Amino acid sequence: MSYVDETAFLQEVADSDYKYGFVTNFEAETAPKGLSEDTVRFISAKKEEPEWMLEWRLKAYRHWLTLQDKYPRWAHIEYPDIDFQDISYYSAPSKKPKYDSLDEVDPELLDTFERLGISLVEQKMLAGVAVDAVVDSVSVATTFKEELAKEGIIFCSFGEAVQNHPELVQKYMGSVVPYTDNFYASLNSAVFSDGSFCYIPKGVRCPMELSTYFRINAAGTGQFERTLIIADEGSYVSYLEGCTAPRRDENQLHAAVVEIIAHKAAEVKYSTIQNWYPGDREGKGGVFNFVTKRGICDGDHAKISWTQLETGSSITWKYPSVILKGDYSVGEFYSVAFTKGRQQADTGTKMIHLGKNTTSTIISKGISAGHSNNSYRGLVKINKSAANARNFSQCDSLLLGDKCGAHTFPYLEIKHPTAHVEHEATTSKVGEDQIFYCNQRGIGEEQAIKLIVNGFCKEILAVLPMEFAVEARKLLDIELEGSVG
Amino acid sequence: MAILEIKNLHAKIEDNEILKGLTLTVNPGEMHAIMGPNGSGKSTLAAVLAGREEFEVTEGEVLYNGRDLLDMAPDERAREGVFLAFQYPVELPGVSMMNFLKEAVNATREHRGEAPLGAMDFIKMARERAALVNLDPSLKQRSVNEGFSGGEKKRNEIFQMAMLEPRLGILDETDSGLDIDALRVVADGVNHMRSDDRAFVVITHYQRLLNYIVPDVVHVLVDGKIVKSGGKELALVLEEKGYDWIKEHADEPVTV
Ligand SMILES: Nc1ncnc2c1ncn2[C@@H]1O[C@H](COP(=O)(O)OP(=O)(O)OP(=O)(O)O)[C@@H](O)[C@H]1O
Ligand SMILES: [Mg+2]
Repeated sequence: MSYVDETAFLQEVADSDYKYGFVTNFEAETAPKGLSEDTVRFISAKKEEPEWMLEWRLKAYRHWLTLQDKYPRWAHIEYPDIDFQDISYYSAPSKKPKYDSLDEVDPELLDTFERLGISLVEQKMLAGVAVDAVVDSVSVATTFKEELAKEGIIFCSFGEAVQNHPELVQKYMGSVVPYTDNFYASLNSAVFSDGSFCYIPKGVRCPMELSTYFRINAAGTGQFERTLIIADEGSYVSYLEGCTAPRRDENQLHAAVVEIIAHKAAEVKYSTIQNWYPGDREGKGGVFNFVTKRGICDGDHAKISWTQLETGSSITWKYPSVILKGDYSVGEFYSVAFTKGRQQADTGTKMIHLGKNTTSTIISKGISAGHSNNSYRGLVKINKSAANARNFSQCDSLLLGDKCGAHTFPYLEIKHPTAHVEHEATTSKVGEDQIFYCNQRGIGEEQAIKLIVNGFCKEILAVLPMEFAVEARKLLDIELEGSVG
Repeated sequence: MAILEIKNLHAKIEDNEILKGLTLTVNPGEMHAIMGPNGSGKSTLAAVLAGREEFEVTEGEVLYNGRDLLDMAPDERAREGVFLAFQYPVELPGVSMMNFLKEAVNATREHRGEAPLGAMDFIKMARERAALVNLDPSLKQRSVNEGFSGGEKKRNEIFQMAMLEPRLGILDETDSGLDIDALRVVADGVNHMRSDDRAFVVITHYQRLLNYIVPDVVHVLVDGKIVKSGGKELALVLEEKGYDWIKEHADEPVTV
């Protein structure tokens, strides 16, 4: 294959249409567009929240108002000014029952899941995964709750937690990502619709992977999820979050907040597959994904790892971070970010070392195709208090074609002389000779590229939980698919 | 019918003509050796046969089992049974040998209308064929050629050939970089694969290999053309007298 053909092929791969572009129709109750104190009150009232929750939202809203000149600009991405008055901040399925079984769930919704290949029914039977499905901002189906309850584990929607576990929510909400943290975190704190809540009691090893699927569904509805995970002393939980979104005509804003608290000797493994609609070839109609994810290792020997596969969104801005406060605590970040078309991704992590003998590992793999731009931005900060802290960072970029970009922005702030920090970075192109080598063994171009890309991501796919790894590989393959002439 | 029929082949890269009217016929069951000085076009010939498109064929034709080979895409040629053992095998970081080979074997099987090989059968076959070239079993668990030594890469090429069971095997300097024991093992592997309906073209600089893999015909390629062909004794003459002598005495019969 000549170089020109190959570039054309890669172009085609990059241009392949979004496979999951369809819309579910079910009656939605949507807030009128616009944002004011009244909107915040409307949301809180809709959710029948207690006074303290409304007060917190209002404080966040008032703080957000003071940030209007701090509209984030610094990431390596370009995007239009968002008209925050042109967004609807709340939408819920109008039938809002508490289901006892899946039979009672809106069949159209189940069908949507089915078409995404993540049917709850199947999940329930096969994988032993408890699924708290967040659709249109309201939790409509929860499984395995009883089994978890036996262990004292709380896994429910954020809204339910506000009603049923106010002491935990009040204690931890905003403790890792305060409502003053950044522009989008403030916005989320004011208008968050729903999300997931998880509490693992002392010494309990959660017996199954906990997972939540997020969907954006109602047209023009901003999606503001909020997740709070608390792992008490010596506990363990693996939490999965995956999402795909239907095709849309106008940009959709997604600004989630995830907070994780790992107490002494607790371990939280948080895995994500992110596949929001990336927009059409020109990037029109894609999701803007501005997320604040942060965890704190609050006690000695605590561990938090973030693993993510990012393939979606027209714009992604996301830096899952760990504050390593406890001595000997461990933070990990494993990421694959795939961009194509006109996608722009600015992702990375922050590892903040406060405790002694803390360790962090960052492995980031960026794959860019088409006209996309893929940036890694990472901060490793080693404080005065963090004696013997260690960090290892590796950032690899793979380019498919010659119209895309890869950038690496590592930041280091080291305030302790005993710190041991290593950083490695590579950029490579899928070589014509590599594709030819595969061809010579009878493997077609498309399959060759899939093999090479999968090989490139291997270390990350290997740390994903098993079922998720299978899904991740499938998603990567779909993303790479194009018609070969 | 001949497996391979190359007639008056001219090929160039950018503006350099490398192959300048090469003619060669390879029949089923035959073992052909091609020798020639550095830069004479041996690897270019292999690359053109395998379908690298940097090389532009400007004249001549190549028939493979009577079909126009140059009209087929590289991966189709491979599935049709053309195998090239590369002089410089490429590394595929992170791509597991077993995955890679499974893709390759099943692509060929699918092309032949056969069902894909199941996991157990595949593993069994891989174990047997690896033993054929004495390939360290741990190499099968690694990424394709990544961090392999020079000799391991060459052995791995022959292992892959044994897995894919081609009709035409082209070996480009598979012997260089092999130690003496490895040379014998690899040669045994190739000999094991010789059969009445399969043919090989072996490119080498050293007569030594031809003691193990005994050729039916030896060709001398100089400056893009085959200047002399003969029996296996031609290799000995070459070793003794060098290419300059051959160029001068191209038209004389070979005597040892
Ligand atoms: N990509 C290229 N661009 C320009 N010239 C090339 C290219 N590839 C090969 N050539 C030239 O073509 C000629 C033949 O090269 P080839 O690799 O076929 O030689 P060879 O006979 O295999 O040599 P060796 O015995 O050293 O392996 C050489 O002069 C080489 O420089
Ligand atoms: Mg050569």
